[in-house]
Amino acid sequence: MGPLIPNELIPAEWNFVLAILIGMAFGYIMEASGFSSSRKLVGVFYGYDFAVLKVFFTATIVALIGLNYMDYLNWIDLTQLFVQPTYLWAAVVGGFIMGIGFLAGGFCPGTSLCAVAIGKIDGIVFTLGLFIGILIFSESFSWIQPLYEEYNLGHVTLDKTLGISPYLIIFIFTIIAILAFYISDSIRNRVKKVFY
Amino acid sequence: MEKIKQQNRHVYWNPYFGGFLLGLLIIFTFYITGRGLGASGAVKSGVVTVVNKVSPEHTENNAYYKKFLNGESSPMNNWLVFEALGVIMGAFLSGAITGRIKLKTQHSPKISVNRRLVFALIGGLLFGFGAQIARGCTSGAALSGISVMATAGFISMISIFGTGYLVAYFFRKNWI
Repeated sequence: MGPLIPNELIPAEWNFVLAILIGMAFGYIMEASGFSSSRKLVGVFYGYDFAVLKVFFTATIVALIGLNYMDYLNWIDLTQLFVQPTYLWAAVVGGFIMGIGFLAGGFCPGTSLCAVAIGKIDGIVFTLGLFIGILIFSESFSWIQPLYEEYNLGHVTLDKTLGISPYLIIFIFTIIAILAFYISDSIRNRVKKVFY
Repeated sequence: MEKIKQQNRHVYWNPYFGGFLLGLLIIFTFYITGRGLGASGAVKSGVVTVVNKVSPEHTENNAYYKKFLNGESSPMNNWLVFEALGVIMGAFLSGAITGRIKLKTQHSPKISVNRRLVFALIGGLLFGFGAQIARGCTSGAALSGISVMATAGFISMISIFGTGYLVAYFFRKNWI
């Protein structure tokens, strides 16, 4: 039963080989979907291109439904998968800063790596910015530490936080996604086309 | 104009197709490793490695660097670092096949190259800073987090994209 490496069904030596192969697939999918282009990415905020929204929602729904089915069939143990801890205000404030960074820079860390790979100078500069931002954070860690470490809700999932069935959450999330697909198409038809 | 329009439409994958494959990849990654995808973690490993090379005493006295240093093995000896190298290789492969590899700065015709690059630097800086506070970026926190229904994943996603829509107006000259 999965996950395979933590349960020692695949030797741990394969970990880094698989890391490169998984990374390659990840990079290939992002580049082929157009995520190496900042003007395509930010289109989601101006209504002229919703590729980010469509890829993001489709991927998370496929993964949510797939993983829950595999858990139901006993192919994988969901409780063994890594769920990052929820630090409430850190997630809110961090997301806020990332949102501004997204609109200013036009990339996120993963997509900027794709842009670097195909020779986008703006992607290279963005990645340089990432290094500087992480350096500044680390150097000023002592005064950010309270925000970083307080309001820890633990490794919780949304069904526990809200006290409802995980399947209901997947169902609602899917409905929201379908509505978002529909609305985004109708918005795109009304917004002035942008060519890039 | 007609020609450009056609290019815009056909040049990239259908987003639902890309999203479907990405979803399968996330399932595969969790099935094999028990963890999700990521990106900013690899850059963090790079920063920790460089600072540790420059001044080991300095990293020893900093509570944040210390989290990622365990004495013997280098912080570069990390799953996410290898995955990020794979991302670059995979994206290069896709770009090479479709003939998109070219050294250039992509920017709106309304702004200069310099303005684009200054904003790219500021944007990267903010994104790197924010990703450390939230313990992950769009890949690690939002995409992988939501895939296992982590509450933090939903909060990060809403916060990143919600803020994006809030501030989009102020950055409009750069993009449209």
